[in-house]
Amino acid sequence: MKYIKFFLIGIIFGIVMTKSEAVSWFRIYEMFRFESFHMYGIIGTAVVVGIIGTAIIKKVHLKDVTGKVISFNPKNMSVPRYLIGGIIFGLGWAMTGACPGPLFTLAGHGIAAIWVVIISSVVGTYLYGYFRDKLPH
Amino acid sequence: MNQLIDLISQPWHWSISGFMIAMIMFLLLWAGGEFGVSANLRTMCSIGGAGKSADFFNFNWKSQIWNLVFIAGAIAGGFIASQYLASDDPVQVSQSTVQFLESKGIHPPETMAEGAGFVPNEIYNSWTWSSFIFLIVGGLLIGFGTRYGGGCTSGHAISGLSNLQLPSLIAVIGFFIGGLAMAWGILPSLLTLF
Repeated sequence: MKYIKFFLIGIIFGIVMTKSEAVSWFRIYEMFRFESFHMYGIIGTAVVVGIIGTAIIKKVHLKDVTGKVISFNPKNMSVPRYLIGGIIFGLGWAMTGACPGPLFTLAGHGIAAIWVVIISSVVGTYLYGYFRDKLPH
Repeated sequence: MNQLIDLISQPWHWSISGFMIAMIMFLLLWAGGEFGVSANLRTMCSIGGAGKSADFFNFNWKSQIWNLVFIAGAIAGGFIASQYLASDDPVQVSQSTVQFLESKGIHPPETMAEGAGFVPNEIYNSWTWSSFIFLIVGGLLIGFGTRYGGGCTSGHAISGLSNLQLPSLIAVIGFFIGGLAMAWGILPSLLTLF
């Protein structure tokens, strides 16, 4: 039963991804071509609201539904890891026009070929895990 | 109720969309989770038995079930939005993007916004070898890059930047270096293949 709320939040997320048009390949290509403010407006608003909300959560030590104080785990500092990994993801994002959230939302739209991307992204994650020790972190 | 559905069915202003994405992040934190979709790809590897050949996948994936449920919800949400909340207008892409795509033989969205109108048919609905390989390569880059970089748009660009984390800023800079290189350097020639 504790999972139902995650399912409901996921439904809202799928609707938001769709209505924001962030799931659209065209919107992502337009963003990288700097030909529209749309996606920058979405991400910018989300980050500004996110920064304010996150600061408040920390300030008032807000608790989650289980009664645990919400905490944020800082990521280990590294430049090559985030930069190289980020660049590789960016290449795939611009190609497919979808980051992981929209991948699943588009599956719900009934776009069958998106499963090709989903399955190969799982394979890509496996390849990272397999070669992890050989990569700079 | 019908008025509410009509209201939601219009394409949303970017400020509403951005605000709602931040709300999703807060709801997940409140529910005891966090906003990071690409972590699910690792969980799926673990469930599939990838831990036998790569230690990275030996972790307690059961602690991540909530996140799988979340993306199952996203699939359901995508279905609901495309079936019941679709707008009549196609995605309003800028005219310069439309002209550029037409010059490459890619048809801009001209049908309803949801469903097929969100993605180019040449890539997502043609089932040619070139589109198939294109999608496979794109997926591999997404899966490899997100785990190497420790997150995707939700984990780094939204959650990480909201928490003012420097690693997330570096990752987002990487997203754009890669995305711009693809959009300006590689895609213009690839798009003519379809």
